[in-house]
Amino acid sequence: MDRELRMTMYRQMALIRRFEEAAGEQYGRGRIGGFLHLYIGEEACAVGAINAIRHEDYVVTHYRDHGHALVKGCSPRAVMAELFGKATGVSHGMGGSMHLFCKENRLMGGYAIVGGGLPIGMGIALGIQYQEQDLVCLDFFGDGAVNEGEFHESMNMASLWNLPVIFFCENNLYAMGTAVARTAAVPEIYRRAEVYAMASTQVDGMDVEAVYRATADAVERARRGGGPSLIEAITYRFKGHSMADAVVYRTREEEEVWRPRDPIAVLGKRLIEGGEATQEELDQIDKDVLAVVNDAVHFAEESANPTVEDMYRFVYAV
Amino acid sequence: MGSKEKEKEKELGTVNEAGNEGNSIMPIISYREAIRQALREMLRDPKVFLMGEDVGAYGGAFAVTKGFLAEYGEKRILDTPIAEAGIVGAGIGAVMAGARPVVEIMTINFTLLAFDAIVNHAAKIYSMSGGQVNIPLIIRTVTGSGNQLGAQHSQNIEGHYAMVPGLKVVAPATPADAKGLLLSAYDDMNPVFFAEHFALYHVKAEVPEEAVRVPLGVAAVPREGKDVTLIAYSRMVQTCLQAAELLAGQGIAAEVIDLRTLRPLDYETMIASIRKTHRVIMVEETGIGTSIGGDIIAALQEVVFDDLAAPIRWVAGAPTPVPYNRTLERASIPNAETVAQAASELMGGQQRKVA
Repeated sequence: MDRELRMTMYRQMALIRRFEEAAGEQYGRGRIGGFLHLYIGEEACAVGAINAIRHEDYVVTHYRDHGHALVKGCSPRAVMAELFGKATGVSHGMGGSMHLFCKENRLMGGYAIVGGGLPIGMGIALGIQYQEQDLVCLDFFGDGAVNEGEFHESMNMASLWNLPVIFFCENNLYAMGTAVARTAAVPEIYRRAEVYAMASTQVDGMDVEAVYRATADAVERARRGGGPSLIEAITYRFKGHSMADAVVYRTREEEEVWRPRDPIAVLGKRLIEGGEATQEELDQIDKDVLAVVNDAVHFAEESANPTVEDMYRFVYAV
Repeated sequence: MGSKEKEKEKELGTVNEAGNEGNSIMPIISYREAIRQALREMLRDPKVFLMGEDVGAYGGAFAVTKGFLAEYGEKRILDTPIAEAGIVGAGIGAVMAGARPVVEIMTINFTLLAFDAIVNHAAKIYSMSGGQVNIPLIIRTVTGSGNQLGAQHSQNIEGHYAMVPGLKVVAPATPADAKGLLLSAYDDMNPVFFAEHFALYHVKAEVPEEAVRVPLGVAAVPREGKDVTLIAYSRMVQTCLQAAELLAGQGIAAEVIDLRTLRPLDYETMIASIRKTHRVIMVEETGIGTSIGGDIIAALQEVVFDDLAAPIRWVAGAPTPVPYNRTLERASIPNAETVAQAASELMGGQQRKVA
């Protein structure tokens, strides 16, 4: 993997981290409403996976979607403005944190019904195949989604029809507050591909390079007509499920075990030890992304709200 | 239509009531055939493909797509697993990617397994995306009760979908409307829930040979009258037309409104009719209070209260799961006699003085 890509991925992870910290702070100030699900700790998943596809490929994701949007090409300003509910937001303030859409960047939605995005991503792949396009769809979901019927329906149809879709499971070990082992008869999620005759792999979701490689393999397979894949990335969210979560279902000791595996620290250490970057360079990246995030917050604050007319305008397309 | 075919049509009793089939320039075809014609018209667009359970090799559970697989091939007539959420979700995704799938859910009862895909997703994506991503997806399905199929195969739950902003809901009563409304659904930029009534598939009437569109959101008035307005859609339109015949024998002139589209509703046509007749009956096949009838009545009374000579009457099915037993099932669904009886009561009742 070349240095440029590693540095890009480092910067993107740093951007997401700072973005999420700022979002949490703004939520505390009451400028962001509703639910807010932070991606802190899971950055390597979106960054590693989305860097392995092309800009014209599609992404479908879930409600913890800020990271995916930022990596897929949405501007931090427009994403932050969406969290603020402003008309300048990616979804015109109509979707909010959980429903980031950007058609221009082929981000086809964050969905807040667990499992609901799975058949949509599979369907995008069906549309790609039907139109004989050289594209793939990267379909993100969490460990909680794999017990939904829509997961199984989508896996079956994707394999049956050999669709160019990559099912990417971000297994952060807890579906809200319930541990995977307490909800899944077979907690090794990647093994569920076996019954659908689908390629699958489990990957360290805290290692952005490993995520990139696993996704690149799956994308290559999809592009050459080899069909869908299931990737299970083992990751950890350092914060609660949402801002309302007091995190009573896991121990502080467990959290401490995961701290050293912080994906930004892991890549940073590797870059420095490999002589590819200095601490100063990484510090500068952090300063740069912090400035970008501060600018995004300022932009969101200054932006106008959508109008009541917009509320009616966006019900039916004409 | 050739003379041999005409004879056959007469034998089958399918020439239209006016008896002017011979002078007609429009062919008389069934509701099923009308839908087939609309699908064929859509399939001229290479982006269009049909998908659903048994649409291909079986030819459609109600034979709507019979022969299509041989004609159009597997790519365009796609048999799916029995996985309703997956089918509708796949349709949503495929339109996002620029294709135009038309999905079929075998019966409306099974659409409940896709309620999430239809209500949480198809209906809301345009709004949630701030107008970026529209979902021009037709979801065809089959509604209706009355065939002794038991409670799980006898629902008319199109009214549930009619309560969902972001969806359009269509329920044609005639062959010409079935064709014309389906073509309008194809032109539409939004998800359209298209409920075909199984008991209407055999009904025949004149249908334009050309791809004539019937606009969504516009009701029809298949029979005019000055005394009482009967509002219905789908099969209940036939029931109301039969009731109107019975009422004519009593000297009561009933006007029948066929809503055709349940979302958006054409209140203008309803209000204009009520202002003429001063009496109105909402007629529904499904159980009373389980569909959109109550909403229509509530909305109407806000506007037409002072025009009414009598309270708005509501004739609908029994608010029970539809029973299997033939006698009970019949008792659970309104018929021409019950509708006519209600109209006649409304005419004979205490009259309010209308300004």
